[in-house]
Amino acid sequence: MTDYIEILIDLGYVVASILFILGIKMLGRPERARRGNLVSALGMLIAVVSALLECCLSFSWVIVGMVVGASIGVIAARTVKMTSMPQMVAILNGFGGLASLLVGWENYHSSPDSNLFITIAILLAVLIGGVAFSGSVIAYGKLSQRLSGKPIFFYSQQVVNGTIIVAILLCGAIFAYNPAASFSYVIFIVIIGLALILGVLGVIPIGGADMPVIIALLNSYSGLAASAAGFIILNNVLIVAGALVGASGLILTGIMCKAMNRSLANVLFGGLQAAVSKEGTGEVQGEPHPITPEDAYYILEAARSVVFVPGYGMAVAQAQHAVRELGEILEDNGAEVRYAIHPVAGRMPGHMNVLLAEANVVYEQLAEMDHVNPIMETIDVCVVIGANDVVNPAAREIASSPIYGMPVINADKAKTVIILKRSMAAGFAGVDNPLFVKENARMLFGDAKASLQQLIAEFKEA
Amino acid sequence: MSIGLLIFVFVLAIFLGVELITKVPSQLHTPLMSGTNAISGITIVGALTAAGTGADTVASIVGTVALILATINVVGGYLVTNRMLAMFKRKDKEQK
Repeated sequence: MTDYIEILIDLGYVVASILFILGIKMLGRPERARRGNLVSALGMLIAVVSALLECCLSFSWVIVGMVVGASIGVIAARTVKMTSMPQMVAILNGFGGLASLLVGWENYHSSPDSNLFITIAILLAVLIGGVAFSGSVIAYGKLSQRLSGKPIFFYSQQVVNGTIIVAILLCGAIFAYNPAASFSYVIFIVIIGLALILGVLGVIPIGGADMPVIIALLNSYSGLAASAAGFIILNNVLIVAGALVGASGLILTGIMCKAMNRSLANVLFGGLQAAVSKEGTGEVQGEPHPITPEDAYYILEAARSVVFVPGYGMAVAQAQHAVRELGEILEDNGAEVRYAIHPVAGRMPGHMNVLLAEANVVYEQLAEMDHVNPIMETIDVCVVIGANDVVNPAAREIASSPIYGMPVINADKAKTVIILKRSMAAGFAGVDNPLFVKENARMLFGDAKASLQQLIAEFKEA
Repeated sequence: MSIGLLIFVFVLAIFLGVELITKVPSQLHTPLMSGTNAISGITIVGALTAAGTGADTVASIVGTVALILATINVVGGYLVTNRMLAMFKRKDKEQK
């Protein structure tokens, strides 16, 4: 009888793995993504039920854990604002990492005399999970602006990081040699502490605009930590699911790096150079041309084709609904309206898409950079809303610019560019933007949302 | 289960993951990330065992905290992804 149950449990894990694979595949296609998420959730349910069949001597702790966790999860998912989505994703990711760390700890605590293979798996789960957790917490702090979004550097940072990594390797080796010794428990706790410190130090030098890369990377880590937990309890479903997430996170990381024309190493360690080279390149000549909302109205009123380029500033001003409203007015006015989205605009991969979707912008109006650039010269007006570096023509024109070579949306090639911006300040990269002083560029200074609302009012009055 | 087999499964799954998601439209990057993030909550299976079979109170508490966190990750992750994906609309659907 028990044999049958064991087979049933194993089959449950197989089915769960298949559903995860199908779910991830469907998540990559717009028309099937929502069902894909449900398929993957069904897989998770089957995995949990299978685990419940084999896991437990006593259910009291289990029930407490699941009820508390599910309640928090439901409340958080229901109440979170779409503009807070980057930090929500970051903190959920951190929880997953910490859970894997604790699974490793519990297994070590309960059976400290495991074989070398499982001991190494415990070390990996604790290390990767710890880095994913503390890194995600820092990312959460930066994204929710509880911490400064600016990259933080201190003297000989690389040396400190290197020392910590060496210390972790040393402690790990001593620990793996004799995990059951009494001093090994102390070493184990030290390793946890070092992993947490490493996660913090790894993320504090990452500045706001590089966040999409680090979020994708941390996502990958939490998957790998789950995989490591799978090696501890010798369970294939954890290994498969964790590896899938690890791989997908790495691919997203790669896409984000490519969109910034930087290597991963440059994002992780290169913030310093960017900050230093700031002074050398600030020689943009010319005067910006400020305009009033009324002037902008006349320009837009005559436009037959308009492209909006949203950036992080749109998220900060929560201007997505106003953008959509203006877009609809322009359409009714006979203009063709599109939204051009740069892959790294905002603070997480796909950030702008989520906000515009929240404001009911339909999928067909969203254009990727590669599709919109070739037709930019035929566009009457390009409206840049709180975007800066992703429309900076210096990336094409000025070889000495730190962002030279980064693919950008060629907003400057439109017949007229209207830039909604609070001030002339440089973008995250600290690079001056020659777009702002081009002949065809018009600056509409002020809060993006307020400016848009004034524009909408102009249209309604007319 | 032999160690070799587990590593074998791991490596194959990594390659499978890479093949699955090389071409994802940027529109779906956030839901893909939060959706896979929910999947990484699979560590809940490990947490269940940890919470349910702890050798002593310390182990049970550590396991239960792991279970709480993993459950938040799973439940929150799937719900938030669903909420996001529900917003992605196409023109034809909106007109209905």
